[in-house]
Amino acid sequence: MIRLKVNGVEHSFDGDSEMPLLWYVRDKLGLTGTKFGCGEALCGACTVHQNGKAVRSCVLPMSAVQGAEIVTIEGLGKNGLHPVQKAWIRFNVPQCGYCQAGQIMQAVELLNSKAAPTDEDIERAMAGNICRCGTYQRIRAAIKAAARESA
Amino acid sequence: MNTNSIENVSRRRFLKGAFSAGALVLGVRFLPQVLWAAVREPLYGPDVKDAVFNPNLFVGIEPNGTVIIVAHRSEMGTGIRTSLPRVLADELDADWTRVKLQQGIGDARYGSQNTDGSHSIREFFDVMREMGGAARLMLVRAAAQRWKVSPDECETRLSTVVHAASGRKLGYGELARAAAKLPVPKKQELQFKPSSKWRYIGKSAPMYDLAGICSGKPLYGIDTSLDGMVYASIEHPPVLGGKVKSYDDGEARRVAGVRRTVQIPPFKPPYAFQALGGVAVIADNTWAAFQGRSKLKIEWDNGPNASYNSTEYRKMLEETARKPGKVVRNDGDVEAAFAKGGKIVEAAYYTPHVAHAPMEPPNAVADYREGKVTAWAPTQNPQAVQDAVAGALGIKKENVICHVTLLGGAFGRKSMPDYVAEAALLSKEVGRPVKVTWRREDDIKFDYFHSVAAMYMKAALGENGRPSAWLQRSVFPSLMSTFDANTMYGAPLEVGMGWNDIPYDIPNLRVENGPAKAHVRIGWLRSVANIYHAYAVQSFSDELAHVAQRDPVEYLLDLIGPPRIIDLKSIGYWNYNGNTEQYPIDTSRLRRVVEMAASQAGWGKRKLGKGSGMGIAAHRSFLTYVATVVEVEVNDKGELKIPRVDTVVDAGLVVSPDVVRNQFEGAAVFGTSVTRTGEITATNGVIDQSNFHNYPVARIADAPYYTKVTLVESNAPPAGVGEPGVPPFVPALCNAVYAATGKRIRELPLSKHNLKA
Repeated sequence: MIRLKVNGVEHSFDGDSEMPLLWYVRDKLGLTGTKFGCGEALCGACTVHQNGKAVRSCVLPMSAVQGAEIVTIEGLGKNGLHPVQKAWIRFNVPQCGYCQAGQIMQAVELLNSKAAPTDEDIERAMAGNICRCGTYQRIRAAIKAAARESA
Repeated sequence: MNTNSIENVSRRRFLKGAFSAGALVLGVRFLPQVLWAAVREPLYGPDVKDAVFNPNLFVGIEPNGTVIIVAHRSEMGTGIRTSLPRVLADELDADWTRVKLQQGIGDARYGSQNTDGSHSIREFFDVMREMGGAARLMLVRAAAQRWKVSPDECETRLSTVVHAASGRKLGYGELARAAAKLPVPKKQELQFKPSSKWRYIGKSAPMYDLAGICSGKPLYGIDTSLDGMVYASIEHPPVLGGKVKSYDDGEARRVAGVRRTVQIPPFKPPYAFQALGGVAVIADNTWAAFQGRSKLKIEWDNGPNASYNSTEYRKMLEETARKPGKVVRNDGDVEAAFAKGGKIVEAAYYTPHVAHAPMEPPNAVADYREGKVTAWAPTQNPQAVQDAVAGALGIKKENVICHVTLLGGAFGRKSMPDYVAEAALLSKEVGRPVKVTWRREDDIKFDYFHSVAAMYMKAALGENGRPSAWLQRSVFPSLMSTFDANTMYGAPLEVGMGWNDIPYDIPNLRVENGPAKAHVRIGWLRSVANIYHAYAVQSFSDELAHVAQRDPVEYLLDLIGPPRIIDLKSIGYWNYNGNTEQYPIDTSRLRRVVEMAASQAGWGKRKLGKGSGMGIAAHRSFLTYVATVVEVEVNDKGELKIPRVDTVVDAGLVVSPDVVRNQFEGAAVFGTSVTRTGEITATNGVIDQSNFHNYPVARIADAPYYTKVTLVESNAPPAGVGEPGVPPFVPALCNAVYAATGKRIRELPLSKHNLKA
């Protein structure tokens, strides 16, 4: 039996312990904000937080989240939207929007670890998150704005 | 303007559930120009043309004042779901904060819903205004009747009718019931707002779904969930047209959560939008379906396309490009001009297949019940879903309902609904709602690929290095092969994409197209044949500028020649189905974007460091004029960075400026992927690539650091914006690489070239 917390709610799971967390949150919990993009940790669309760290849920087996606190895009803003989500909205970042939950989760981790990231910091932290529509320029601007506002 | 006649359908049941009783609902009949009609019609069932004369676009006003606007085009990131309804809301004088959008299901009565070809605004702008204007006039008349005043004394302001003289006001909601009883005004009676009074058109606004997207709401096809739904993953034949010889699912069925397997029969040629065939694993969740699939043992009969090898195919294309082809434009006498001499320059260019790879892989949910199918799909073309599902199941199109979700990227892939047909076939077989999810590997290997292409160019340079003669020949497997396996030549719409419409002022000009047979599924990908055609024409132009020892911008303007209208009626040029009076090829507009882009980039003015360079390209596609300057830096190791892109766009009237800028920023990134790493190859008919490790697309550090997009202020009729950013970007980047390194890129992608000095 695997016990974990997702967005503050306790859950237990006794299915295939090799099942990636992605499919547990999407198919079992119905939290579909976390997206399937590649299944190989190559695109970042499935990014969630495990104990505060950004992880690729598409390759993270349930056996590895025993006792973990998981936060998905649905649980990000405690009271309304997180400042990073607000910055995304203000800069009209999304086009199709499919990758943006993953981008936002990755950006939140970056800003938690680095209050005022440089261009280089941003490129390093966001390197694993693909946006096929090509919104990178707005992602960079939104991260910087969120950093300024939180400062 | 289209031939429109609006009718009051308040008491009809077409939009059952969308509007409550007492709502004022307007429909409109009109005849759209169906962009890809020639492609689609022969597929299944009745001729689409017969069906489009039915009511289609709708606005409704609820008694509580909520204005409901039906978005009938698909949202894949271009903002169309927001932009078109805002056009209607503007003419209706509606309060946007009280507008609710309703996504239209697939229905021929809407006219074409195929959201591709960058034509949504162009085709529906006037219709939307008429819809809004007619509804507004009916509300005004209803208020005037109630107040017993002349409608001329009334005006509207944000969902309210106002009688200024007496200070009386009535909200649209309060007037909806009375307005619904009135006859629809004739078009001649409508008075449209002058553009100076536009409240929404031309003003930036957030996309309707922005907050939902940023907070992870279930908006996409892949987020669909139904009670009793099971999950499917399908092992397709590795080679197009292959068949299952035999298979053993014993191990697959032992995977926990796997229910059963289903064999899907192979398609009957042409493949069109049919399911590819193969073996599906049905399970209780997506993961179990994937796991079960990996345990299948299948023996395949690969069929004739197993002969497809990209290396040999390329040789064939390039050899064909050296031989005379079908002439698709012939001005003057090219051979005579070549015979006169001058400096002869030749070049051959090659571009491989490219995959769409939208971030949301193909997926669909279908629920078959008693001869009827309800489907939920991220699709650009819900009516093609109806056709494909009906064809697959042998049921009537009317018995297929297609709900359109948001699309997690598409780029043309989701115009082709094979994956929805799969879900419907499986639902019928298992008697439950089925969700089909393609893995990324399926998406890359079984795409409808962008055509591989070879281009041969030849010019004779005379005085000042100006071409006295120009010959260009392209060879590529046509996307028409999707519908007719025997297709050998490019369709008019393909050779009409930046090829026979080359806007150059050259007296002797011949344009040709050579034959090629397709061995994989070919589809349209963001800007389609414009990509390889613009790449060849704009690269060759840059090469000639250097041979002539002239500045590439000045030389490009010389090639375009004086401001004029180019008339190509005699060659049957398709002009993206745009009226040539409204949308001529106007070289003054092309010249202007070139001049503006060069000036914005500081062309010839800004000092660039060692290893840096700028390249320019200009192209008209989807009736829009674009010029792009790309700046690159190549370091000692040959690593490439793109610090800046300057793009100037003349798309005529622009409805949503910020959304359009986002499209062109994104087109630069899409073009970066095509240019730097875009390559799909086949070995013995099997696609060699499978996921983002061997089919890389641009990541944040690969993409342009900053793309500045300038929109030319224009009163010209609106044109396309989703696609036209890609074609000039590709050659502009290659020309910049040449400026920085002296290496001429005659073959894509860049990853095949060593850029080290």
